[in-house]
Amino acid sequence: MKYVLESVESQFEMFQILNEDGKIVNKDDMPDLSDEDLKELMRRMVYTRILDQRSIALNRQGRLGFYAPTAGQEASQLGSQFALEQDDFILPGYRDVPQLIWQGLPLYQAFLFSRGHYHGNQMPENVRALSPQIIIGAQYVQAAGVALGMKKRGKKTVAITYTGDGGTSQGDFYEGINFAGAYQAPAIFIVQNNRFAISVPVEKQTNAKTLAQKAVAAGIEGIQVDGMDILAVYAVTKDARNRAVNGEGPTLIETMTYRYGPHTMAGDDPTRYRTDDQDSEWEKKDPLVRFRKFLEGKKLWSEEEENKVIEEAKDDIKKAIKETDAYPKQKVTDLMENMFEELPSNLQEQMEEYKEKESK
Amino acid sequence: MAQMTMIQAITDAMRTELKNDENVLVFGEDVGQNGGVFRATEGLQDEFGEDRVFDTPLAESGIGGLSIGLALEGYRPVPEIQFFGFVYEVMDSISGQMSRMRYRSGGSHTNPITIRSPFGGGVHTPELHADSLEGLIAQQPGIKVVIPSTPYDAKGLLIQSIRDNDPVLFLEHMKLYRSFRGEVPEEEYTLELGKADIKREGKDVTLIAYGAMVHASLKAAEELEKDGIEAEVIDLRTVSPIDIDTIIESVEKTNRVVVVQEAQRQAGVAANIVAEIQERAILHLEAPVLRVTAPDTVYAFSEAEEVWLPNHKDIVEKVNTVINF
Ligand SMILES: Cc1ncc(C[n+]2csc(CCOP(=O)(O)OP(=O)(O)O)c2C)c(N)n1
Ligand SMILES: [Mg+2]
Repeated sequence: MKYVLESVESQFEMFQILNEDGKIVNKDDMPDLSDEDLKELMRRMVYTRILDQRSIALNRQGRLGFYAPTAGQEASQLGSQFALEQDDFILPGYRDVPQLIWQGLPLYQAFLFSRGHYHGNQMPENVRALSPQIIIGAQYVQAAGVALGMKKRGKKTVAITYTGDGGTSQGDFYEGINFAGAYQAPAIFIVQNNRFAISVPVEKQTNAKTLAQKAVAAGIEGIQVDGMDILAVYAVTKDARNRAVNGEGPTLIETMTYRYGPHTMAGDDPTRYRTDDQDSEWEKKDPLVRFRKFLEGKKLWSEEEENKVIEEAKDDIKKAIKETDAYPKQKVTDLMENMFEELPSNLQEQMEEYKEKESK
Repeated sequence: MAQMTMIQAITDAMRTELKNDENVLVFGEDVGQNGGVFRATEGLQDEFGEDRVFDTPLAESGIGGLSIGLALEGYRPVPEIQFFGFVYEVMDSISGQMSRMRYRSGGSHTNPITIRSPFGGGVHTPELHADSLEGLIAQQPGIKVVIPSTPYDAKGLLIQSIRDNDPVLFLEHMKLYRSFRGEVPEEEYTLELGKADIKREGKDVTLIAYGAMVHASLKAAEELEKDGIEAEVIDLRTVSPIDIDTIIESVEKTNRVVVVQEAQRQAGVAANIVAEIQERAILHLEAPVLRVTAPDTVYAFSEAEEVWLPNHKDIVEKVNTVINF
């Protein structure tokens, strides 16, 4: 009898380009990015970090609702999104609002989503995406469908979807990667392994050593990547995209990352399940710190430039919050309008009732 | 007697049964070290160890299947579904499997499982968390659906649910977890499943409710009292099976009924109660039986939640309609 688990598992090594000190450790795989692109990646990470800080503050003031912090995961989120084209389709999880924003979702709509206003879920015409999925795993199977549709139409685009380490335990996760594999559909499955699913550490989630190896059973490519290294995340996503549109099938990408903040702003207390040591060990790997070092070494980034981005972000956020406040309040009758193409009789009757209620 | 919130009473009930019966196991997403996202299992892992109280991987269908399997091995599982909005992920285990286990095995296997889950609205959760989906399961033969509205009821009903030899869905209204305290005996006691409780006596109209709507009904009853209308408030406590006797006795006394549910109007528990009443007591009725419900949309996005949810004013309005009929 020959068992292969150990030898298969040991082959999954973390792919890295930029190490913690901001040094290139893997020249061969360095992606082809212009200086402008490199600066843009930094700009986006700084901007998104500020957006996270402000969103947390706004939530505490009661000016935002549901919010899942993103600090720590910028390289995973923005590096993968940067590899996309405008016609690609994104199926995000609840923490993946930044990818939507950089794909073109206006900030005030992201804020409306947080407040629980349906306009926050209405994507602008140029953004092919669903609003963040709440049911963990559901987006994975749907991504297989979007990708198969693209393949049938002969499009040169991909469907990309995101979940977390916890999400890989759902049946939908396995169904999604298996379906996409069976149809060789152009899908990219990202798992942001931030080590915890709320309080549950990834070690309790599965006996598998890596999450990337789950690709093997589905017969698709899987790769583990340093999720704090934006160049590495960009490079593997770009490669997955190229292979997908060339008809070479889907890829599962596990990004090794960490969320610095609480799970969401609704009462999660990370001190119940994480240690300070663990937190500071991961902060040493910070995606902004190492990329800043790298760019400074190339004379592409300075404190002034960084401050400019910070001010720009703060300004945008201020404006967006005003816009959010000014947006018409959501009514129950609005929700009724969005139930069916044509109102069925029960809703017609209730529409009258609620119009009267709302006019009071 | 101790003063407890409903969530404390629920923890207390699980602690009682973990002590009483070594086959009781408590598990689910984040229920171990974290004590559950609402802290319903707070301290239980420390007290009873990881063998008895444990985290599961993140998969509701997995939790359902695991419960069924453990029950087949003689355990008495008390799984938590973190929010009942996620029930669709475990629907086959609940409706397709555990509810049919006794039936399809000719009684040779049973599934003494108590699924606990927070449900209902009004606390501004994101999409698909809050909802009143009890009607989905109430339509499934083979499982009981229990919904407490007070800390006292919660403890007695949960202990009884865990001891019950058939599957029970035990739904805990999120808004009631910490909104008030009530007297709860420290010692163990049980309350019979399938038995309603008259939370307020009255002779002019019967309000039938469960969960958070019991409190809206009690508030409405107070308002109505000012106008000289004495409302009786029946707390169903179990929505499957329904305590028809208590309902009919009250209807025969008051001759007027309003049924209140937080769930949408279409199908649902209230519709079933109205049907039962008209089949059994139509000649006692002085007015049509009316319902207070949410409208027939998907559960409201949180910004519109307050208007969407039924409240005591809606109840007063409907009562006035049946009184003046
Ligand atoms: C089907 C379903 N089950 C449970 C939840 C509740 N929940 C929200 S986030 C979460 C943990 C997810 O962890 P992970 O997949 O690692 O993603 P992360 O939050 O770490 O980004 C849980 C259990 C949910 N939203 N949907
Ligand atoms: Mg995680």
